Amino acid sequence: MTAAVSKGARPSLRHRLADRGFDRILLLVLPALTFMLVLFFYPAVYGGVLSFQPLGGKGGPFGDYAKFFGDPYMRESIWNTFRIALPAALFNVLAAIPIAVRMRGRVRGKRTMNTLLVVPISLGTVLVSEGLLTYLGPRGWLNRTLMGLGIIHQPIQLVHNMWGVIISLIITGFPFAFLLTLSYISGINPKMEEAASTLGAGPWKRFRYVTLPLLAPGLAITFCLTFVLAFAVFPSAVLLGNPAGDSHVLAVAAANAAFQQYDYPMASAISVITAVFELLVVALVLALRSRLYSGSTAGGKG
Amino acid sequence: MPKATFSELRLEGVTRAFAKSVALSDLSLTVKNGEFVALLGPSGCGKSTALNCLAGLLPLSAGTISLDDRRVDTLAPERRGFGMVFQNYALFPHLSVRRNVAFGLQMHKTPKAEIARRVDAALNLVQLSAHGNKHPSQLSGGQQQRVAIARAVVMEPQVVLMDEPLSNLDAKLRHEMRGEMQRLHRELGLTTVYVTHDQEEALSLADRLVVLHDGRVQQIGKPEEVYLRPVNTFVADFMGYRNLLAMTADGEGAGGDLHVSGLGMSLTARHPIAGDARGAVTVAIRPDDLVVGEVEGNRIDVLVQSVEYLGKDFELEVQTEQGARLFLRTSEHLSIGQRVTIGVRPDRVMVYS
Repeated sequence: MTAAVSKGARPSLRHRLADRGFDRILLLVLPALTFMLVLFFYPAVYGGVLSFQPLGGKGGPFGDYAKFFGDPYMRESIWNTFRIALPAALFNVLAAIPIAVRMRGRVRGKRTMNTLLVVPISLGTVLVSEGLLTYLGPRGWLNRTLMGLGIIHQPIQLVHNMWGVIISLIITGFPFAFLLTLSYISGINPKMEEAASTLGAGPWKRFRYVTLPLLAPGLAITFCLTFVLAFAVFPSAVLLGNPAGDSHVLAVAAANAAFQQYDYPMASAISVITAVFELLVVALVLALRSRLYSGSTAGGKG
Repeated sequence: MPKATFSELRLEGVTRAFAKSVALSDLSLTVKNGEFVALLGPSGCGKSTALNCLAGLLPLSAGTISLDDRRVDTLAPERRGFGMVFQNYALFPHLSVRRNVAFGLQMHKTPKAEIARRVDAALNLVQLSAHGNKHPSQLSGGQQQRVAIARAVVMEPQVVLMDEPLSNLDAKLRHEMRGEMQRLHRELGLTTVYVTHDQEEALSLADRLVVLHDGRVQQIGKPEEVYLRPVNTFVADFMGYRNLLAMTADGEGAGGDLHVSGLGMSLTARHPIAGDARGAVTVAIRPDDLVVGEVEGNRIDVLVQSVEYLGKDFELEVQTEQGARLFLRTSEHLSIGQRVTIGVRPDRVMVYS
């Protein structure tokens, strides 16, 4: 390159772009960007636009939205989804904390434990649902054992209702929550807890005043991710739940609209509604997170 | 918080073994109230292990730690009441400087007014009153260090443990903070156990030094004892006796002097330390004890090999006719290739069998 910068002259375009962080390496994002545009952004926009074009133009652009919110059965799918996704996501995050606290640092058998905890990721949701169906069913091992021990007299109904869906979301969602929490907690310098202990803080106070505040921003992210996974629940709602009753979640409603009534605009409208509620929760959690300390957790020199 | 006084902190046979190695073996030490003791040694010598055992962060494999007649090694760190300053400070990044310093008092449910008063006093002591509302990441390394000290001393602990507190600071700041440490110890009179690998730091701060090597105590003594009379070649080497020479002892001469020879040198040593006066010995001499010119019959003829200018003086590497290399520090300006005669006072020649 011969664009020598003579005094007074403007530096070359390439230099000016490089100053703002644009250089040729940036071109490497192009394939990924193309992929996103073609396979995510375009369908999303297409679906969004489609949702404002009801079949036959009934009710104007907002016809399908009006129809959705006007129908109590449809409207209830929002509540159904929250009722399943919120407890599952909360449980996953809360259960991950004590295990991750215990599993950080050097622990005997840590690798085996981690593998066991993470294996469910590799099982598909359908496989998990099929397994749970037989295990938790009225004639499954769980009910037979509990009845054999005389703890219950009637089989408890854990499948074909929302409990089955929640349990399957915990089995598949917990490994994500655990791995994320473990990586956040491993990033907290253990010296800080040692310092707290020399200052008179017992185990609970160390967790409450040192570990938890430093972990909280990570827990917020973990919650968002598991919540989003749970909010889009579909296979286990159909297989393990009662898709016409208390497991009639938004994804089921959208699938019914698309593949039973062939009403793509309605399905698109339900998808948009799903996305809006999902983003509302994520935005709320991130807003709360921004009020927390979220800097370095290394506890060394700044 | 128990503000009990004590007259001595006693370690007896303190040992810490890990799965495959013994990090600290049989450390026995008595620290008097108000004393400043430095644990000194190279990395891996067991000094940090000793400190963690004292703090309660590592359980002992054997031995006891007691304050007068009260055993403390069985207490959890939070119930021991020892303050600790960590090497990387371990400040709480989510809390302001004030709340970092107040943390321990809050854990002990101290009344609010008293917390405010004591935190003010502690911040004043380390000259950080203006920075109370900042977060640790907004402070420089030296300031963070002072917060860590304030956080420990605000508790008025019976014993303060310091784990290489100055090792992350640059040379100038380290020197400044050394002065601060001295002032704090003078003003507060806290019993201090201080871990460092820097002999200068240990010599300048401590009332007493404990030199450790491979988990074992090598020497315990006042700074000048350890500096002038190291008990073995390891301590001598660590305290800067760079000239360690394999020579032969020829037997005692007049007045208890010992003659050693070898490597083309013949020297007289006074007050030799190691017992037997014959056979193979190691002779240790500090570079700054070697001077140009003969001293009391001790003379070595050497050729100057290299000259390093250190500002105040020169560090020279010289060679005897038989090829033994010696280091010396002198203010005389000699040049490479020059032949000179050097000497050393007999009482500065250490002999170890």
